[in-house]
Amino acid sequence: MTDATVQDARQSRAGRSQWADVWDQFKTHRGALLGMGFFIFISLLVIFGPWLWDIPPNYIDIRAKNQGPSLAHPMGTDQLGRDTFAQVLAGGRVSLLVGVTAMALSLVLGTLVGVLAGYFKRLDGPLMRLTDLFLALPLLPLLLVIIMLFRDTLRAAFGPETGIFILIVFVIGITSWMQTARIVRGDVLSLKEQEFVLAARSIGTPSHRMILRHILPNVLSPIMVSATLGIANAIITESALSFLGLGFPSDFPTWGRLLFDSTNFMTLNPERVIWPGLAISLTVLSVNYIGDGLRDALDPRIRGR
Amino acid sequence: MFDAGHARRPLVEVRGLKMHFPILAGVLRRRVGEVKAVDGVSFDILEGETLGLVGESGCGKSTCGRAILRLYDITEGAIRINGRDIARASHAELRKLRPTMQMVFQDPQASLNPRMTVAKIIAEPLDEHTTLSRREKMQRVHELMDAVGLSRDFANRFPHEFSGGQRQRIGIARALALNPQFIVCDEPIAALDVSIQAQVVNLLEDLQEQFGLTYLFISHDLSMVRHIADRVAVMYLGKVVELAPREPLYSAPLHPYTQALLSAVPEPDPSVRSTTERIILEGDVPSPANPPEGCNFSTRCPRVMDICRRQEPEFREVAAGHFVACHLCSPQPETTAGATAATQVSKSVQQGE
Repeated sequence: MTDATVQDARQSRAGRSQWADVWDQFKTHRGALLGMGFFIFISLLVIFGPWLWDIPPNYIDIRAKNQGPSLAHPMGTDQLGRDTFAQVLAGGRVSLLVGVTAMALSLVLGTLVGVLAGYFKRLDGPLMRLTDLFLALPLLPLLLVIIMLFRDTLRAAFGPETGIFILIVFVIGITSWMQTARIVRGDVLSLKEQEFVLAARSIGTPSHRMILRHILPNVLSPIMVSATLGIANAIITESALSFLGLGFPSDFPTWGRLLFDSTNFMTLNPERVIWPGLAISLTVLSVNYIGDGLRDALDPRIRGR
Repeated sequence: MFDAGHARRPLVEVRGLKMHFPILAGVLRRRVGEVKAVDGVSFDILEGETLGLVGESGCGKSTCGRAILRLYDITEGAIRINGRDIARASHAELRKLRPTMQMVFQDPQASLNPRMTVAKIIAEPLDEHTTLSRREKMQRVHELMDAVGLSRDFANRFPHEFSGGQRQRIGIARALALNPQFIVCDEPIAALDVSIQAQVVNLLEDLQEQFGLTYLFISHDLSMVRHIADRVAVMYLGKVVELAPREPLYSAPLHPYTQALLSAVPEPDPSVRSTTERIILEGDVPSPANPPEGCNFSTRCPRVMDICRRQEPEFREVAAGHFVACHLCSPQPETTAGATAATQVSKSVQQGE
């Protein structure tokens, strides 16, 4: 009977796809599950919430200004009487979208530069000097100049909100890929000397498949970590830009803008700072946990432990 | 036992192979010298035989093996496998030639991608060089796993779930996937437990018989090389110092370095052990970046002569199939191999010079 069960186990194992194994391992990471649950919850909330909570975020009810939490306004209202809950929901859409797309852009750039610099010796010098150049640039003045130069053209081409969204994602993306590039390059350099890469070369695997098949899967963990940190970074950079008046228009709520608008009224009603702050930190935390769980689940050496 | 060798044609011909690695230093990364890892090596490997390549650590054995497969861009020399030039082939040509030559690596852990399953690892050569369907590939993978003695159930497992010996079997299966003619075994047993070493070596021998493979067997384990090799080449500091069929080399080594190396092999029989004298070499191996003038071995040779420090000995055939690079056996009228012959020859050299 035991033989039969062992046989069954093997059969099922052989028939399963690897993604099932990955999911099994991911499920064992409680933090990752919680993080994913929260991230899905908050995404659904910001996507569908504005339809359910039908107070428009920009609706001004001056008589209800500076209120604390109540049934009518679960998160209170601001100095103009706008409903904070509606603003957090509307701001979450923009902040999450900016965070995810800017992270994706910086990740793609950073991984590309890192892999190319690490794998092709000829490109190493030029690409890494380029990375150093970007690291040495004073970011804030650069952002100001870029936004000054391109804001109006983009706004004219894509409309005021999409235009500024593209600009902000692009600006955050191209100024935050350097750390990823450096980390990935370092890992690729050490991986390149491993015998399995030599073995693949002795088989005759061409460079692009060598990178896709052998290098990239093995640099996944630093990329994952960069990705999770990148989302947080992008959300915060966006809020800094909004604060400087260079981000989205001032009547267009994002978590960062809500936070900065509230700081002036911190003594009056402190919970106004807490809501967007809580949203930012919980989102960042959940993404971090998801990244942690994914990194473990994608590593077959850890899987099953 | 070696007469069959004359009938066979050489599968691999290596002529004057040099592999120098540049040493870069200073702010501008200027080339200040070079490590002569392999410095003028010539030998043939006959079809279906096993050539053992022995030598101490850092003498250039592995580099030599890798250079023959053009895993490095070689500095100088000619390599022909199956009559086709490897040394100057372009990358595209080389890719087409890859199926005929494969390699088994030293560290079975490091030579398998930890993120790929066994089936994917073994199928990688098939993915690269064949157009088989997924089903046919799986069929071939299963055949190969049978051939190297791995259970088919292991196909979906990852390398870290296996023992060292099993991992080495995976590496061997991968090397066999494209039906190669020539396999470089780069210390395939060095990282394994002694009991597993015998298994792997026997497996390699069985496969050789079954598929008519030709091996370059790189090792520092002299007794294992004696077991598997038909001919043996001894390397010292980037050069082959002696190349001979197995029996003459082990019974009557001519080069003082080979003699010293063989005297270090433990002798299980105590009565024989007491009679054999252990030759202990003084000093360290010189740096391959700065090899000594004349004979490379002159700094440590117990029988060093003046000429050794001035002139590099020629690598010449002193008996049928027995090549030596040593002034002790240089201009030799009669080709009788043997330890006593070597000493006689050394006298004649001194008189002759």
